[in-house]
Amino acid sequence: MLEIKNLHARIAEDGTEIIRGLNLSVKAGEVAAIMGPNGSGKSTLSYILSGREDYEVTEGDILYNGESILELDPSERAAKGIFLAFQYPVEIPGVATMQFLKVAMNEQRKARGEAELTTPDFMRRVKDAAAELKIAPEMLRRPLNVGFSGGEKKRAEILQMSLLEPKLCILDETDSGLDIDALKIVADGVNALRSPDRAVVVITHYQRLLDYIVPDTVHVLYKGQVIKSGDKTLAHELEANGYADIIGAAA
Amino acid sequence: MNMQTGMKLSVAETALCEAYDHAIGELPGDGAVLAARDVLISDFKDAGLPTRRVEAWHYTDLKALLRAVPAFDPAASAARFEPLVEGSTVLSVVNGVADGRGSVEGVTLRTFADALADGTAAGGLVARDSDDTIGRINGAFVRDGFVLDFPAGTELAAPVEIQTVQNAGQVHTRFPVTFGANARATIIERHAAAGDNAAFVTTISDISLAEGADITWVIFQGQGAADTHLGQIRITLGTDAKLRLYVINAGGKLVRQEIHVVVAGEGSDLILRGINLLGGETHTDVTFTVGHDVPNTTSTEVIRNVIFDRARGVFQGQIRVAPDAQKTDAKMSCNTLLLSDEADFSAKPELEIFADDVQCGHGATVIDIDHVQLFYLMARGIPENKARAMLVNAFVAEIVEELEDEPLVEALEGVIAGWLDKHA
Repeated sequence: MLEIKNLHARIAEDGTEIIRGLNLSVKAGEVAAIMGPNGSGKSTLSYILSGREDYEVTEGDILYNGESILELDPSERAAKGIFLAFQYPVEIPGVATMQFLKVAMNEQRKARGEAELTTPDFMRRVKDAAAELKIAPEMLRRPLNVGFSGGEKKRAEILQMSLLEPKLCILDETDSGLDIDALKIVADGVNALRSPDRAVVVITHYQRLLDYIVPDTVHVLYKGQVIKSGDKTLAHELEANGYADIIGAAA
Repeated sequence: MNMQTGMKLSVAETALCEAYDHAIGELPGDGAVLAARDVLISDFKDAGLPTRRVEAWHYTDLKALLRAVPAFDPAASAARFEPLVEGSTVLSVVNGVADGRGSVEGVTLRTFADALADGTAAGGLVARDSDDTIGRINGAFVRDGFVLDFPAGTELAAPVEIQTVQNAGQVHTRFPVTFGANARATIIERHAAAGDNAAFVTTISDISLAEGADITWVIFQGQGAADTHLGQIRITLGTDAKLRLYVINAGGKLVRQEIHVVVAGEGSDLILRGINLLGGETHTDVTFTVGHDVPNTTSTEVIRNVIFDRARGVFQGQIRVAPDAQKTDAKMSCNTLLLSDEADFSAKPELEIFADDVQCGHGATVIDIDHVQLFYLMARGIPENKARAMLVNAFVAEIVEELEDEPLVEALEGVIAGWLDKHA
């Protein structure tokens, strides 16, 4: 489903190279965890996959279902089924959460040539998905992410993900700032989306989240490259021994 | 009357002086009213239209900007509009003439033409000060409007929409409104054009809030693309009075809206919110002065500007705090979303504080679309043009939502969305 080939990318503004020859492939149905120390390029990778302008790809390619997505803007990638759950969801005062959800769902449907949702259908979907994630209706009446606590923001991201039904879900440090109860709710939300035709990339600093979202593969990112891949036992190894051994072995 | 020697009259100044000579026989009022009009036009002839050398008009050089003034056009037709908020009581002024059949339950109402005719309006036909060009022109030419008195304790369930519509020519209206103690009401002062012919409009609302009155007043200026609109609202706030004043400019070619507030009662609260939606080659000036004259009062002013094309905008905001007005809390901000390299906005905040135990502040920002917000919306599948429109809308909708009056919020959001659809 996702194939990243010898990817090199830098910050557009100052030319700093962050991704330096990254290779990764994730199959449909797979949950891949990407771990790595601070500054290894984890968040940058998530932004590049979703098409943020601030980074430019200088070499290599990103294939999604066999096609390069480098020329697509973020909205086109989203309509094709790529979803990024932000580490820091953005507050947008003046945009009502419900209006945002409706526009996003319908714009994606339009881009795929599907009919727009009727209002009752839309309301029902939101109500059901919100209940699953224990999101209070009051929260949905506020402007987008404004005044949400850290945990509420993360749950709102997973709500959007379940409503938009993407094919490739990228979770960027979704566990940061969550207490254990919120973590379980979020993990349940993600696990509910696991399916044979959907891939999930979980970017995380800690092993903790992977106790709840159990990955099929684990990849260690360091200085913009995947330096080691393995199964879920690799995550436990990292938790026990830290990154130093692996980094040392790769150097 | 003699013109000041040495001053060359502009085309517009000459047109106004000649219009006065033609119109004065037709305008309501004699005796004291006529005398007041004569003083105002005489002062106008002496001073002329203000130039940038007049401090209060520095960013709106009216002499240069006002190229022509259309003649009165008694035959100009104009249509009425459906009220902005469904169920409002509409008081209609068509082509400068008030419809005297209008009524608001529990409120004393008469036309301003009647008040001119019987002379009771004469006292109000004065300029605020030597820079009050709008007061002069309007006082000299005013023909009609409404006089409203809300008795103490009046509570209106539905808004009152004062609707002035014209299609051409000149229109000069005035609306003196008094709100008695504890009165509660929403007034929508709406100025609209029925066509694209150039009109010259002046209008003055003169309102006072008695003790405990709680009023929402919306000025919605949606004039035509060729129109000149010179508006003024004079406000006096009594003890514990609360006024939410929303000023929305979404039309006109040359616009100046003045807001002058006297905070005269302790415990009073002024909430001014301004939205300027500017596009094309237009010039729009919002000039605000507030005088906190007594202790323990608050005022907040938030102005949001969205500017496209080659539009120019001005906000002048002056907060004065008198020596006795301790514990004044006054905060002013002016935020501009500049969407074109050729657009321009000037903000001039002025604080004159003579008391020492006060909290006063001001801030002005000029911003572009926030790229992180834009990326977030696009990452959810919303195409760039639509995402941009949502963010522009959000920038102004944010302050509309503060109103917490759902039908009014929806109506104003509709106005904003409609304008953006046409201009963005």
